[in-house]
Amino acid sequence: MCLAVPARIVELKGDEAIADCIGNRIEAKTTLVPKVKLGDIVLIHAGFAITVLDEEEAKKTWQLLADLDNFSKTDKRVSG
Amino acid sequence: MLERINRAYTQIARAQKVLGRTVNIMEVCGTHTVSIFRAGLRTTFPEGLKLLSGPGCPVCITDQGYIDAVLSLADRDDCLIATYGDMIRVPGRKGSLEQKTNKGNIKIILSAEDVLKLAKQNPAKKILFVAVGFETTAPATAVLANEAFRQGVKNLFIFSNHKLVVPAMEALLSEKNHRIDAFLCPGHVSVIIGSDAYKPVVERFEKPCVVAGFEPMQIIDAISEICRQLADRKPEVASLYRAAVTAAGNKTAQKIINETFDVSNGWWRGLGKIKKSTLKLKKKFSHLDAEKQLGIEFIPEEDLTGCCCGEVLCGLMDPPDCGLFATNCTPETPVGPCMVSSEGACAAWFKYTLKKGKVDGGRR
Repeated sequence: MCLAVPARIVELKGDEAIADCIGNRIEAKTTLVPKVKLGDIVLIHAGFAITVLDEEEAKKTWQLLADLDNFSKTDKRVSG
Repeated sequence: MLERINRAYTQIARAQKVLGRTVNIMEVCGTHTVSIFRAGLRTTFPEGLKLLSGPGCPVCITDQGYIDAVLSLADRDDCLIATYGDMIRVPGRKGSLEQKTNKGNIKIILSAEDVLKLAKQNPAKKILFVAVGFETTAPATAVLANEAFRQGVKNLFIFSNHKLVVPAMEALLSEKNHRIDAFLCPGHVSVIIGSDAYKPVVERFEKPCVVAGFEPMQIIDAISEICRQLADRKPEVASLYRAAVTAAGNKTAQKIINETFDVSNGWWRGLGKIKKSTLKLKKKFSHLDAEKQLGIEFIPEEDLTGCCCGEVLCGLMDPPDCGLFATNCTPETPVGPCMVSSEGACAAWFKYTLKKGKVDGGRR
């Protein structure tokens, strides 16, 4: 339940944002990170941005997500 | 990478030597539990290290009485139940929410914000929000309560069972027969509460508390740091998840939690009653409080016969030692909540260690 994904804010109106996570557009509330700006990368948990992340950290997770996605499409997958 | 793994091995051996036995580290986060299994860390670590999966999955620690109270509303035609998806398969005494979905009054939501939309779209219905989770989801519920208050929403009711992580860690360490040497602290809960929140655990119980993110290498580094502290006999708070976790945490989130909830005593599956561990709505929000407005009663109940989720959550037993594991209790037909949630210890053991019906992948 405490999974969270990094995403870049591409639209921001009040505390309502649209954020981009490797091509997926996610609706998120920014109530808990009031200083956030357009273009910032945030960690989104259950529809709420909970912190601002730096680019390098976000890239690591995006890469991990991409790897998992690629892996699940191969025949190397043995379980799950 | 190899250097970091070697360093971890050296520190584990040092800690083991100083303690004179196996080192027991408890993770208190379901996402850590799954990351550790997925990366195969359990089987690669030496014999002298044991990882215990603690009460880190919100579904798993939810008392059966709470589920039963939610279920008591599921048959009412005037109610809609809004819940995070994780909760719907958890069995209560009278079935699970999943078995009630045919009536169309169970709604899975992805964000607390969706509950407000649901209330506006269904003005003739009473909307019950199943508000569970740790400090990560509690601020979202707080935002929802404040929005509903501000907008004068009349048909939204919050059944708060939000839990606090630190009181549970302290409760576990207060048990005489616990076998916990240190905690691997949760990543995203710590984003909210800050790594300083673990200082009382270190000061009172002298146990290392190290925060990590979810990359396998970072978890290895955290285990290395924990073992270094144990070997040096210098327990302290450390955070390796510096990209997201600060010492003070998210102050805005903490403020809204404090303004919306009172901290009260609460029931945890397997752990029983823990003082000051549960968030209940403040008096100001009484008109949104499901317990006060919908006549539901939360009666703590004995756990299901034969189910050892309680012992598993306290780190006293590994899932395969439960008589129901992989026989009567499987992810398809779960008996206890640790088998229901994908982040539950039993489900993780089932998925990653069972081959041809035998436990052979995970180290016991």
